[in-house]
Amino acid sequence: MGAWAIAVHGGAGVDPNLPLQRQEEAKQLLTRCLNLGISALNSNLSAIDVVELVVRELETDPLFNSGRGSALTEKGTVEMEASIMDGPKRRCGAVSGLTTVKNPISLARLVMEKSPHSYLAFSGAEDFARQQGVEVVDNEYFITPENVGMLKLAKEANAILFDYRIPNGCETTCGANVESPLHMNGLPISVYAPETVGCVVVDREGRCAAATSTGGLMNKMTGRIGDSPLIGSGTYACDLCGVSCTGEGEAIIRATLAREVAAVMEYKGLGLQEAVDFCIKTRLDDGKAGLIAVSKNGEVAYGFNCNGMFRGCATENGFMEVGIWE
Amino acid sequence: MGWAIAVHGGAGDISRSLPHERRQPREEALRHCLQIGIKALQSNLSPLDVVELVVRELENIPHFNAGRGSVLTSKGTVEMEASIMDGNTMRCGAVSGLTTVLNAVSLARLVMEKTPHIYLAFDGAEQFAREQGVEIVDSSHFITPENVERLKLAKEANRVQIDYNAQPIQNDTKKEAPCANGDSQIGTVGCVAVDCHGNLASATSTGGLVNKMAGRIGDTPVIGAGTYANELCAVSATGKGESIIRGTVARDVAALMEFKGLSLKEAADCVVHERTPKGTVGLIAVSAAGEVAMPFNTTGMFRGCATEDGHLEVAIWSDAEI
Repeated sequence: MGAWAIAVHGGAGVDPNLPLQRQEEAKQLLTRCLNLGISALNSNLSAIDVVELVVRELETDPLFNSGRGSALTEKGTVEMEASIMDGPKRRCGAVSGLTTVKNPISLARLVMEKSPHSYLAFSGAEDFARQQGVEVVDNEYFITPENVGMLKLAKEANAILFDYRIPNGCETTCGANVESPLHMNGLPISVYAPETVGCVVVDREGRCAAATSTGGLMNKMTGRIGDSPLIGSGTYACDLCGVSCTGEGEAIIRATLAREVAAVMEYKGLGLQEAVDFCIKTRLDDGKAGLIAVSKNGEVAYGFNCNGMFRGCATENGFMEVGIWE
Repeated sequence: MGWAIAVHGGAGDISRSLPHERRQPREEALRHCLQIGIKALQSNLSPLDVVELVVRELENIPHFNAGRGSVLTSKGTVEMEASIMDGNTMRCGAVSGLTTVLNAVSLARLVMEKTPHIYLAFDGAEQFAREQGVEIVDSSHFITPENVERLKLAKEANRVQIDYNAQPIQNDTKKEAPCANGDSQIGTVGCVAVDCHGNLASATSTGGLVNKMAGRIGDTPVIGAGTYANELCAVSATGKGESIIRGTVARDVAALMEFKGLSLKEAADCVVHERTPKGTVGLIAVSAAGEVAMPFNTTGMFRGCATEDGHLEVAIWSDAEI
């Protein structure tokens, strides 16, 4: 029997001026989620159960951009998406465009296990949720006052905003990237997808799993789908490893980033950390992103090429670390 | 090194006893689309323009499961999806859940070029289509009597089909039951192209699975699964969506070339014959050097290809017997 390992993230790309109180809250949440996962692993829950459990916790807490606390669309609503993948048979499930489902990651799991498909979206996904009897709530449940404020600022700046989670009144610190907005497709729009959440786990049987969940970009167009629900981009798991990514959706999709980590391990024989470093360094070009990964051998690794990533990781031999900056 | 182009009209359990009147229009259509692509390449259009042009043509032809002729959801409606990718820049665009947009692949290209996003779906995509002024029609335009019939048969058999195969409702099944009804041999469409400079592009379009749940998204709009292009190759996959997604099929062909130094043909064969379950996948691929590969592990795949040196073929099954 091998040893377990777990990593969680709350998004890559962090405002360098993030108030200390926010940093503390984030670290506490990451720690709490790690501990939840650790208890579950010590009770021999399987990797797929653990990633779902942990991401549910992240979705329920309003701090990061998933479930409650999701970033808002241009219409001021919430559209959530998530995906989950189980390494052993590479079973997968994904959902997009959810507006009332309390825990998107659990619906993604049900798509994987209870439907003949891999990916359901929008009203079809909402119908399936009702058929499955999952907990549904009004769209307002997911909307927090902070995000309403952030949307307003984003609209004023006419930009898709890097969702810094800065409390109202700190306009001088938020929008640090909006002053010199990144361009994409020739349009002056910042394309960070901040505070997506994710979890990767390898259990004692060496099974890997990965899960990712998000509300997407602040001020996004209705119907916009990012990397988080795309298998191979935001989420991937196979016999060798489990990976969850966060950051600029376009960069992650173009790089098929999650799959890339596994591909270089499999086809080039790189170890986990080497594979993570290789992908972050060479596959993102100008894009900013981060990822967490575990290997079937009980290793855990993470990498990011932006100025911070909310993350935590732990291994069965007692190692535990929670961090934000480099 | 010269230009090369390949097209497909879907892989699956295409019976060799397919009647002439079912084969001939599709072979004709593939030849016709190939010719359009060839002329475009000869006129020095970029591969990105070429794949869009050819897939538009395939979408307009009702014999294939894309655009007009799309298979129907369990509600009797169409929900179309597509994606496109430019190998040079690796920019990409994708759409899902379209019900009134005449050419899904063109909307995917507009998402790529006119928005800061990669992928738009359902109402949001339809709204974007109207903002862009693309051609919109009543969704009844896409529905053909054959597909109404297919849906009816599928419901009677109470199963989800990839147009060809009846399969049990399980995500990880490797079993394929033989096709029970006479003619459901149509599938996703795609085109890959490379010009004489080695620029590559890929595009794929589909109506999805017969009797699919409303809101079901397949491999076609998922970059890395149904469509992929980079500096090495361009790939468009077809078959059982769920297998293509979990196998990241299109991406894996390029990954094998890059990381294991395999040739296009070796990489494509490896993905199709060694890494995905039999009866689930086919793909077309071209390399920067102008090579073409069109492997499939199903009974057949409607396909065609042409290269600058004059080679041209249209085929369905795997040996010389067309």
